[in-house]
Amino acid sequence: MNTKTPSRLEKILAAGHLAVTSECGPPRGSNGDAITKKAEMIKDYVDAINITDNQTSVTRLCSLASVIHLKLMGLEPVLQMVTRDRNRIALQSDILGAASFGINNILCLSGDHQSFGDNPQGQNVFDIDSIQLIQTVRLMRDEGKFLGGDDIDQPPKMFVGAAANPFADPFEIRVPRLAKKIAAGVEFIQTQCIYNLEKFELWMKQVRDRGLHEKVYILAGVTPFKSAGMAKYMKNRVPGMDVPDEVVKRMSDVPKEKQPEEGINICVESIQRLKEVEGVRGFHVMAIEWEEKVPEIVERSGLYPRPKIE
Amino acid sequence: MIVAERKPIDEIIGFVKNCKKILLVGCNECVTVCYAGGKKEVGVLASALKMAFMKEGKELEVEEVTLERQCDHEYLEEIRNIIDQYEAVISLACGVGVQFLAEKYLTTPVFPGLNTSFMGVTEESGVWSERCQGCGQCILGQTAGICPISRCAKRLLNGPCGGSTDGKCEINKELDCAWQLIIDRLKELGRLEDYEKLIPIKDWSTERAGGPRKIVREDLKS
Amino acid sequence: MMVAFQKGADGVYVVGCLEGECHFLTGNLRAKKKVEYAKKLLDEIGVGGERLAMYNIAASDGPRFAEVAREMHEKIKAQGPNPIKGATLNKKAA
Ligand code: SF4
Repeated sequence: MNTKTPSRLEKILAAGHLAVTSECGPPRGSNGDAITKKAEMIKDYVDAINITDNQTSVTRLCSLASVIHLKLMGLEPVLQMVTRDRNRIALQSDILGAASFGINNILCLSGDHQSFGDNPQGQNVFDIDSIQLIQTVRLMRDEGKFLGGDDIDQPPKMFVGAAANPFADPFEIRVPRLAKKIAAGVEFIQTQCIYNLEKFELWMKQVRDRGLHEKVYILAGVTPFKSAGMAKYMKNRVPGMDVPDEVVKRMSDVPKEKQPEEGINICVESIQRLKEVEGVRGFHVMAIEWEEKVPEIVERSGLYPRPKIE
Repeated sequence: MIVAERKPIDEIIGFVKNCKKILLVGCNECVTVCYAGGKKEVGVLASALKMAFMKEGKELEVEEVTLERQCDHEYLEEIRNIIDQYEAVISLACGVGVQFLAEKYLTTPVFPGLNTSFMGVTEESGVWSERCQGCGQCILGQTAGICPISRCAKRLLNGPCGGSTDGKCEINKELDCAWQLIIDRLKELGRLEDYEKLIPIKDWSTERAGGPRKIVREDLKS
Repeated sequence: MMVAFQKGADGVYVVGCLEGECHFLTGNLRAKKKVEYAKKLLDEIGVGGERLAMYNIAASDGPRFAEVAREMHEKIKAQGPNPIKGATLNKKAA
């Protein structure tokens, strides 16, 4: 595949390597060091780092400023952008702002509903949805046009990603939904955390049956459990999350002090199994407030060292 | 219809606490159907207000009238001759009626007795739910007759989001996921492949975003 | 119901037939919910929802009727007079 952007992530994927991405959540304050510190821990073990955009609708330092911090460290950031908080004017404007700092990756999302966050009384925007944001970035990049039809003087060069949740309901449209995102112009996918490997493999099979794995790079999402409590919480409280009973049991069957280690074991085993799945082109390791474990996970999964590509 | 519910009594009392004589105006349309501002509710509110005043050792004279509609000049004119006798009016119409009444009678304070909630249906006796947000550019033809603008918490035009679980919305287990409903209905219609058609970015200028809206029909104008 | 209180009643009880035995099928059930609604409203305006009650008594059950009347009388006595009357009387005295 030819690359269309200066994105290093795109180059690694196009070269046929299994890519590794991770993510950092910005702090709830103005301390930019909080981001650079997290990035410092993982930078040699991943190809790109996502910065979340006010995830779960809790107000934080913005993802745009955070990716700039990473860029200034010489790293490869992925700007996450939700359509919940900004209308099309602000979205396009932030895309240009990011591009002006040489940010070359974007992940297009709708975002959690604000009722989950710290401002449930707030208004939401949803001027466009995540699929339409994909279309917007592609229009800006490929045709050099704003949504309003005017020319962009120096179009942003962004490699366009989106999320996919193979486990959300209704299951029968999970693959058509991916097809829809591909039709809109998405180029890479980072999936929801995978714990139900069988169900994921079934989804991938349906993806391959339609040849979709050749049209988009799919990065399998994994998140290590820190404790049995976290496993239960994810199972019962996080919408669209599928954690099988056996996994919860495996976590609760080991003594509390051994649980973090067991969580990492499960994560590494999952990656090893998913490596064998045709169409999986890399991994998105989301170690939630546990970034220091990313190097260990990457190393033990046989994904280290990372390829050097300029 | 327009669905509304009565404001807390305390709030209503607050509007008229210094009055001695007020007029309560109900409406015979939507708010009667949803038991919020019809003749009966006017009567109950009148009693409640009088009692609340009596309890404080005060007296409140309340006249009750229920108009056919409060969103038409014709019916609002019916109170022209009496309105000056009152220190204030509480309208139990939707926000439309309250405003039209206020626009017409400039010298009498008009207060809302209801909170106007949404445009919706009677799902079953005593249960109402939203169906339309009046976006001015109906897309029901593309969404199997189910409106994601009024019924999806994120008004996604190309849903569902990743939070849809067991047919319910991520924000509330009591709420149907609009996109599950759309997909179920597409299946019933044998048109599931339509799901993959991308719905383009919406022009919201016909919605609230475009400013207050107005329709003029020259053929009907006098 | 509301008018009775407004006229100064200290208490009101609504008597319906036994649940499931209503001549009008569910009239008594609907009445019960209406009573609940009115109780809430009476609470809100400070008259006190306790003053209103609904009893279900079989049409033929005279003794039970008497018992209920006594029970209600006790309850209302415990509540004291309707605050509306008190307030208006005070005003007249002043
Ligand atoms: S769960 Fe369904 S209704 Fe709720 S926000 Fe997501 S798509 Fe919309």
